[in-house]
Amino acid sequence: MVELIKLKSDDMPKLPRHAKLRYDEARKKWIINAPERVFELDEIAAEIMQMIDGNLSINQIVDKLANKFENAPKEQISKDVIIMLQSLADKGFVIK
Amino acid sequence: MMQKNSKIECKKTSYLTPEKKSKMLIPYAVLCELTHRCPLSCPYCSNPVQLEMKSNEVNTEIWKKALTEAVKLGILQAHFSGGEPTARKDLEVLINHASKEGLYTNLITSGVLVNEERLKKLYDSGLDHVQISIQDTDPKNSEKIAGFKGHNKKLEVCKLVRKVGLPLTINSVMHRQNLHNLKSMIELAVELDAERLEVAQVQYYGWALKNQTAFLPTRKQLDNATKVVEEARIKYKGILAIDYVVPDYYAKKPKSCMGGWGRQFLNITPAGKVLPCHAAESLTFLDFDNIKEKPLSWIWEHSQSFNRFRGTDWMPEPCRSCDRREIDWGGCRCQAFALTGNADAADPACEFSPYRNVLEEPLSKAGTDTPKFIYRKF
Repeated sequence: MVELIKLKSDDMPKLPRHAKLRYDEARKKWIINAPERVFELDEIAAEIMQMIDGNLSINQIVDKLANKFENAPKEQISKDVIIMLQSLADKGFVIK
Repeated sequence: MMQKNSKIECKKTSYLTPEKKSKMLIPYAVLCELTHRCPLSCPYCSNPVQLEMKSNEVNTEIWKKALTEAVKLGILQAHFSGGEPTARKDLEVLINHASKEGLYTNLITSGVLVNEERLKKLYDSGLDHVQISIQDTDPKNSEKIAGFKGHNKKLEVCKLVRKVGLPLTINSVMHRQNLHNLKSMIELAVELDAERLEVAQVQYYGWALKNQTAFLPTRKQLDNATKVVEEARIKYKGILAIDYVVPDYYAKKPKSCMGGWGRQFLNITPAGKVLPCHAAESLTFLDFDNIKEKPLSWIWEHSQSFNRFRGTDWMPEPCRSCDRREIDWGGCRCQAFALTGNADAADPACEFSPYRNVLEEPLSKAGTDTPKFIYRKF
């Protein structure tokens, strides 16, 4: 049976085999291909998803984003990243 | 095999950008119906009543060319279906080609023709996802519906799919003669370690329309099924995703069929005809272009069949002035044509349709009689 994932900030999330991230030339945006679904990512989501490779913890991802987007408070970034990844994890499109 | 409502969804959650309003629409998916040959003979099969013979099937090279053109068109996913797609010996070649071109590949199968070795080959070819149909959890009824003794084989193949490392969706077409087993179908999907369960309702065109009295559920059955799905979604959150579509005879609003005609999706038949949806050949007045003769991009953009019901210009009232016209796009053209003889009419599944009363007779008969199945056959 598949386990229900609750993401924590020290988890190192990644995409399962059935979810594939790629840049789509035709639409000029990053997308995730999944069974009978296509997630079109905005700029921030694309940044995050490109870092989800199983080698970086959520904390490390948040740090990188905080460096890049200096105006945003780190707590807010952290909250947003976890909410986004958890919503994908609930659908089985992010694992750890 | 594939039900008409199992379309690509463009999920819009808070972190997603809204769809860009570009001039030319970019399709998301192509359904490749490689063959109409199938060992099963399900009486609700979505294939046309007039099936293509093997001798009319397009060859490997033409399929490869079509898949390459699909990628150029911006298509992201290729669904390999049938008939039974594993009846084609070149399936691995086609999946490998699609995968190398960057398409997400999905195999929609009954499972009964494959073994572990074949599944491994498909996995190695770059297959991303497998969808297996199960007709019922009760083996006897399952085999009666499929017209084929293969229930245990299906269960075995589901396990092999997971064993070789492929993600699995169970596709269960539900109707009056198996809805009472919906709860056990959900439990079976969890037990088989599927990620997704598609609870598709029979949709009544082609073969299914011939068998409507045998399949149309009662209101009570349907309400109960909806409750079962709602409870299971909570119970199995994060474990099993359940896609569930209410049969539209009982709905007030029509479904947004295919996400709108010629907007997201195209279908290629075993003979190479390109259709806006897999039931479109039931619209007997349309001519369909063929991948043997024209590039896919030309067909998508310029063909008479794709432009006939694209957008909202074709719509008569009540659709034309309806504020849902760009939500459901007038509903299903094939259903409108099959039930009213007028393909431009609002889908009778819509409460505002002037033809709404055509649903009264079948609905009044629901659950009153169980005629013998008219099985799908050549």
